Formats: sequence, C-alpha cells, structure tokens
Amino acid sequence: MLDRNGIAKRIAQELQDNWYVNLGIGIPTLIANYIPEGISVEFQSENGILGMGPFPFEGEEDADLINAGKQTITAMPGACIFDSATSFAMIRGQHINLTVLGAMEVAQNGDIANWKIPGKMVKGMGGAMDLVASADNIIVAMTHTNRKGKSKLLKACTLPLTGVGCVKKIVTNMAVLDVVKGGFKLIERAPGVSVEDIIAATEGDLIVEGDIPEMVL
Amino acid sequence: MNKVVANAQEAIQGIKDNMTLMLGGFGLCGIPENAISALVELGVTGLTCISNNAGVDDFGLGLLLQKKQIKKMISSYVGENAEFERQMLSGELEVDLIPQGSLAERCRAGGAGIPAFFTPAGYGTEVGDGKEVRMFNGKPHILEHALTADFAIVKAWKGDRLGNLVFKGTARNFNPVMAMAGKITIAEVEELVEPGELDPNHIHTPGIFVQRIFQGANYEKRIEQRTVRSRQ
Repeated sequence: MLDRNGIAKRIAQELQDNWYVNLGIGIPTLIANYIPEGISVEFQSENGILGMGPFPFEGEEDADLINAGKQTITAMPGACIFDSATSFAMIRGQHINLTVLGAMEVAQNGDIANWKIPGKMVKGMGGAMDLVASADNIIVAMTHTNRKGKSKLLKACTLPLTGVGCVKKIVTNMAVLDVVKGGFKLIERAPGVSVEDIIAATEGDLIVEGDIPEMVL
Repeated sequence: MNKVVANAQEAIQGIKDNMTLMLGGFGLCGIPENAISALVELGVTGLTCISNNAGVDDFGLGLLLQKKQIKKMISSYVGENAEFERQMLSGELEVDLIPQGSLAERCRAGGAGIPAFFTPAGYGTEVGDGKEVRMFNGKPHILEHALTADFAIVKAWKGDRLGNLVFKGTARNFNPVMAMAGKITIAEVEELVEPGELDPNHIHTPGIFVQRIFQGANYEKRIEQRTVRSRQ
C-alpha cells in the first residue's frame, strides 16, 4: 500500500513538460515535491497566482503570498498575480492542463463527492465545483477506503455531489484506475497489493483485463 | 477629485442594519481589517455578508460572527471558522455556499452590468437546484445571477485620492471584482499616495469604482498556516 507521498509520487509521473497544473488541498499538494527530472510545470493556485513556488525559508514568510490552502508560499521567477475572476477564467476556460483533487467518494460514472457530509462537515466547496465542471483532465488522489474501511469507489455516490461524470483517472493507495464505460478499469496495482485486495476494496463495478502491472515508483 | 476620508469610522458611515456588504479577502489575506473593527464597534446587525471565507474565530469576519452581527453569509468556504460552522449547523446563521468561481464571476458581472450568465459549475449538484439549465457545446450549464452590495469594502496596498488601487500579491483575490460591485465602495489602503505616483499602466482597480478611500493603520496581517521549508 502507498502512503500519501506514494500517491503523490505516482501522480507526478503524469505531469508533462510545460503543463499548467492546479493542485487541490491535502494529498495533491504533495505532488509539487515529486516533479520528474527534466520537466517544468507551472502551478496555478485558485486564489490568484500562476507560478506558485515552494514554501518559504523560515523568517521569509509573506502574509500577502498564500496558496488555496492558506499556507505561505513563494513565487517562482516569471510568476504572475491576478484577481479571482481571472483565476477562474483560467480554470473554467479550460486553460489548465491537469487538475488534481481529493475525494470522499467517486462513482463508476465519474461523479465525485468531496465537499459535504450533511449534518457533520459543511465547510463549503471552494473552487472544487468550478474545477471539476471545467477541467478535461482530472485525476483524483485519495485513499481507496475510508477510515471505517468502507470503499470510496462506488456504484453511485451517497454524499452530495461536487460534479457529475467528470472524473477520468483515480490514483489511490492501492491502485491506478480509469473511469470507463462499464465501471472502473484497473490499470496498475500498488507495490505489494494484489488484484484480489483491490476487488475486495472496490464497491463499484471493476474491470480487470489481463495481467495488472505493479506501479513503478 | 478627492475621495479621501479620515479613517474607518468615517468610511463606514451610512452602513445600517440589514444591509448587504461585500468584503474582500481570501482567508485572512487581503481583508479590510480596519473596516471590520469599525463595523464591530458600530454594532450594526442583521448583515448579509458576501465574502469568500468567514475569517477565523477571533479575527476577520469571525469578529462580526462572534457578536452575532451577521444574519446571512454568502461564501465558498468556511472551514477555518469553528464558530461559523456551529452557528450554521444550529440554524442561527443562514448560509449560501456557492462555488468560488461563480462567486467571483457574479461579483464581476454585478459591477459590469451583466445581469446573469451561464456556467457549468454546480450543474448536477445541490447548487444547481431550481436553476435554469441550458446546453452549450453539448454540455449543461446553469444560470447564475449577478451579485451587488449596498457597500463593498476592499483592502489594497496603495491607492490615491481618485480611488485608483494597486494590490500586493495574493491579497488581491476578490478585492477588484467586489470593488466594482458595491453601490458604494470603501477602500482601505496601506499607503495613500499622491495622484501621479501610481503608474497608470499598473493600476489594478480604476478609481471610478471607488467612492471612499482611507489610509489604514496597524495591520496585523495574520498568517493562517505558516508553512516553511528547511535550508539544505
């Protein structure tokens, strides 16, 4: 099984040179630590910066330079700042090449729920609905099962939706899966994880064809 | 032309109970600290506040929430404020959670004379409930309406007496679009400069959108998540 960093490392392999990338809060932010050698990407943060850099050195934090998770950051050379309407024009106008976000549930038709647990957690959707409705390249980064051991890859979402039919690829601590007609298609297994383990942890329809290779990390 | 007022207290004159306010900022970044303190002091209640976030428990809009001055919030994310979540779950506070991009565009539209627009964000979710749906390019979109406010309160880095504003870093965020959408827009700035000092090419918000401007003071600029990396 992978840990959070393992999931991030595997998704980082999907990055392509000169891509514009939006990383959601949580596991996705770790992806910035694993950019492959020889590749350069620009990170967009929905609160208004393109060319987001790593966290600052201690003592150099700037209260006027934060990311979508309200963490202090730096700006790379060539970075630019813009207002929130312009930021979401980039997002909604499909100028972002890759969007990575977390989820509580993903359904086999690509529906995603990641913003609300009625009566318990109602923090708000932030930019998630704009991101999933507009992006044509979305990867979900999440654990395969929740804290109670229940599968997060379902026939249908039970929680309030963030978007419909939008997820194309999922990377969990157990597997890489594509969302296709008919269900979740198993693409890769995490190191040490068997196909049987993945079948047992997946509530939605799982398509397993041929030999399933192990992730190379 | 001189839109300068002496301070926050003077700037918020005319704000009354039950009004709708827009407040700039993302988290605690770029919030109009002085005006918020003045609103707490003034004691207006029944406010509808349009702001991306709700501050933290003891800073930003959290201060107005603590004093129960807000009747309704229109925001996209309120996770950093436990008091907010509590008031919302208990029904004390009315909340409209709306997608961040739609919030930004609704404010921009409000200032730009666009009464409504279609967006794909929220289609198929509870945000889309009861809203007109139309297909464009084979994809469903929902109709969203413009947002305006009795007063928009924004925070900028520099401004002049004509109301021109320049913002710094990610403290810009919602401030420019909200500045456009207020019937009366109040701007608090860190540095009030002479006309001509701001390069016309570098002005972010044209003064035409701003009605009152004042030199702010004692900015705390609190950092919510101080994250650093080690020198190696």
